[in-house]
Amino acid sequence: MTDTGIGASVRRKEDNRFLTGRGRYTDDINRTGQAYACFLRSPHAHAKIDGIDTGAAKNAPGVIAVLTGDDVAADGLGGIPCGFAPTGVQAPHNAPPRPALVQGKVCFVGDLVAMVIADDLNQAKDAAELIQVDYQELPANVDPAKATDSSTTRIHEAAENNLYADWGLGDKEATDQAFAQAHHVTKIDLINNRQIPNAMEPRCSIGEYDQADESYTLYTTTQNPHVTRLLLAAYVLQIPEHKLRVVSADVGGGFGSKIPHYPEEALVTWTAKKVGRPVKWTAERSESFLSDTHGRDHVTRAELALDENGKFLALRVHTSASLGAYLSTFGAMSTTYLYAPVLSGQYIIPAIYCGVTIVFTNTAPIDAERGAGRPEATYLVERLVENAARETGIDRIEIRRRNFIPEDAFPYQTPVVLAYDSGNYAPILDKALEMADRAGFETRNADAKSRGKLRGIGFCTYIEACGIAPSNVAGAIGAGIGLYESAEVRFAVTGAVTVFTGSHQHGQGHETTFAQIVADRLGVPFDSVDIVHGDTARVQWGHGTYGSRSLAVGGSAIAVACDKAIEKGKKVAAHLLEASVTDIEFKDGNFTVSGTDQSKSFGEIIAAAMVPHNFPLDEMEPGLDQRSFYDPKNFTFPAGCHICEVEIDPDTGVVKIVNWTAVDDFGKIVNPMIVEGQIHGGVAHGIGQALLENCVYDPESGQLLTGSYMDYCMPRADDLPNFNLGFTETPCPHNPLGVKGCGEAGAIAAPPALINAVIDAIGVDIDMPATPEKVWRALQSRPQAAE
Amino acid sequence: MPTVSMTVNGRSAAGEVEGRTLLVEFLREHLRLTGTHVGCDTSQCGACVVHVNGKSVKSCTLLAVQAEGAEVTTIEGLAQNGELHPMQAAFKEHHGLQCGFCTPGMVMSAVDLLNTNAHPSETEIRDWLEGNICRCTGYHNIVKAIQAVAQGQGG
Repeated sequence: MTDTGIGASVRRKEDNRFLTGRGRYTDDINRTGQAYACFLRSPHAHAKIDGIDTGAAKNAPGVIAVLTGDDVAADGLGGIPCGFAPTGVQAPHNAPPRPALVQGKVCFVGDLVAMVIADDLNQAKDAAELIQVDYQELPANVDPAKATDSSTTRIHEAAENNLYADWGLGDKEATDQAFAQAHHVTKIDLINNRQIPNAMEPRCSIGEYDQADESYTLYTTTQNPHVTRLLLAAYVLQIPEHKLRVVSADVGGGFGSKIPHYPEEALVTWTAKKVGRPVKWTAERSESFLSDTHGRDHVTRAELALDENGKFLALRVHTSASLGAYLSTFGAMSTTYLYAPVLSGQYIIPAIYCGVTIVFTNTAPIDAERGAGRPEATYLVERLVENAARETGIDRIEIRRRNFIPEDAFPYQTPVVLAYDSGNYAPILDKALEMADRAGFETRNADAKSRGKLRGIGFCTYIEACGIAPSNVAGAIGAGIGLYESAEVRFAVTGAVTVFTGSHQHGQGHETTFAQIVADRLGVPFDSVDIVHGDTARVQWGHGTYGSRSLAVGGSAIAVACDKAIEKGKKVAAHLLEASVTDIEFKDGNFTVSGTDQSKSFGEIIAAAMVPHNFPLDEMEPGLDQRSFYDPKNFTFPAGCHICEVEIDPDTGVVKIVNWTAVDDFGKIVNPMIVEGQIHGGVAHGIGQALLENCVYDPESGQLLTGSYMDYCMPRADDLPNFNLGFTETPCPHNPLGVKGCGEAGAIAAPPALINAVIDAIGVDIDMPATPEKVWRALQSRPQAAE
Repeated sequence: MPTVSMTVNGRSAAGEVEGRTLLVEFLREHLRLTGTHVGCDTSQCGACVVHVNGKSVKSCTLLAVQAEGAEVTTIEGLAQNGELHPMQAAFKEHHGLQCGFCTPGMVMSAVDLLNTNAHPSETEIRDWLEGNICRCTGYHNIVKAIQAVAQGQGG
């Protein structure tokens, strides 16, 4: 290993610009002559619109245009498209249209009613306040479990009973049979609380139109610029894709909320041509709370059947899952194929059935949030496992060991579609138990008791399916796109290497990690490698970053492109060294004739290929640049064990995390420093969900009650512990780097580990988030107060 | 419209602003110093922290006219002669940033912490950072970076 190659904690290339205030976030971009947009949003969760009077706003100072849904319709804009419709539904997809600006009806607080464009932002805001909207309020529903009730008001004509689809996965009959023969059944009812992803950078979009070549440019905060270009060009604007450039330079966090194509992106692009000036819109945080896609929001009943030895026989799950008011780009993916297929966890469960009732509610649209479906699945499995242990008197660690998929069973076909490629779970658990000093817990517990505190320890042994995804699988489950990734490696005559990747960076450190892969693969200096992403005019094609896919899919694409360059380089070297190509070996950046000291460096081969004065031109084209489109053979399956220890003050209900141990198997690790950072952030996100964060809509009015950082509790520095991390390594057998992905693991593992610890401490079940009030009330509900 | 003048990163800056213009808007929109970020509208997130007369201030909480005559330092003014400030270097060395959006405010706040309390405990560091929200790092490496600077082992 070199100090910049694979396995080295190389400090990040991108840091200097971020640390000196020279990042290039979308709101930092200002285009000559730009105008500013402000959106009028619905103050009601559900209402008919009888009329909109824009007269006064149009006459306000500085106003260039005031637009409503009628203008959108008059110009023939398509609705905001959805990119995924799950296969395997038992009732048809009821997909209501979503016009970029509403027509005649609003369906959630924050829905887009009108757009004001003015010379400056304050003029646009002032004018928006002059728009008169005649609303006729309708009853609203924000609860997924009540959406299909006959008494609940229908939101969309297209969706009877507010049902999008009844979806199911697994063998229902076999599952029911297994339950009928079970020795013991553990049941749990739980809510997976709605979250707001809250990337720190609010969304921002700038549209621009060039009359000279009739093309548009959209600068926007997206995790997947090419997908956004496809959706906006083909479905909304209905123009050829090459007439739209999407630029997404530095993005200040995504966490899933910057995957979807949003109406605001379409509106600034459309109006840029209409008003003849660039149009800029930046969300205020209040708008982010209202209109960024939210995550989770499941109401679930789950049951686990066990035999007399504590072996799992079957798992049966029913979930009511909200899509919010409209179908977001991949909204129905998190509630279906990113959810049920990981319900087998790390265990052999012979029969599994999961049914999901997917519904519309009068809330912001739901889409992926860090983990997207896999946290919801893992939470219920790991809660069930610990409850089952308590109910059967089997130790919580022992019950896991009895049911683990053994090392020699891989590849392992689960009953819910996925075939796990690799894994070795027992050593992960062993290492975590040792690092967390499980053996010393009773001593610590006794000490806590002597101080009047309640101490608990909780576990989560999770599986993740990431590296999304083989394109044929994506197609079979209902995705509208392939999910391969592309890379292009370009060489400069003087030796520099530029890599164009379809992955997108918004905090992950790709400019460093990907450069390490190239430096390692080609044996060129790390500093000579530059990574380009986030611009459809520069990058050939890409599917972007989500689902912990960038290294496993995007990184593999880069490795394959490098390998192609090496293969061509061997032919060039064979010519220069007057040897047979089969005798050329490539190692550490040098092409050598086997068994001799005759060699050419990579830089010499680049020069020979690009200035082909001595080159086999009759056999090969000059140049060394290579492009790859890498389609993964399977998902990747990282796994891990997180152990949380808490101490609770019974007088206040405050939960203090006193230890966090995480042991993860991500296969081969390229940059340990960056991977550790991903775990820290993922766990913090999961702790947020389990302890602090809760998106609350008023059940009557449908108003968002947690619409600011004063009401929605983000994890702060003083809420979190230090994290104690360890790793094991079971390389992925089917990608060229042996890597698995690490971005979402923490957010998947943390909630069950933490809630299991709280339950261990207080002795009763509790739903997330375990706020002091909720913990205190749970303590009072116990038959006997804590000793 | 009122005029305002101040010293920003050692250079005099002046302009006409509306009375309602915030200091952060003046920095970003008038002076094009876009390193200072706006992450919320309730003065909670701290992405906009700058130094005003040597103390850390949320620049979304101050009107531009309130900074009349003040010495303002933004993240762009922290590095000297092309050398990162020790706090910037420590954030890089200890991987105290990921997406980078909260980073300018976080660094400016951390610099003021050590100006105020040269050797804070971990608890004091975490308490001080209560007004700066980071979604990426879980704060673990931010705390480590600040501790390293306090112990003279920055970048």
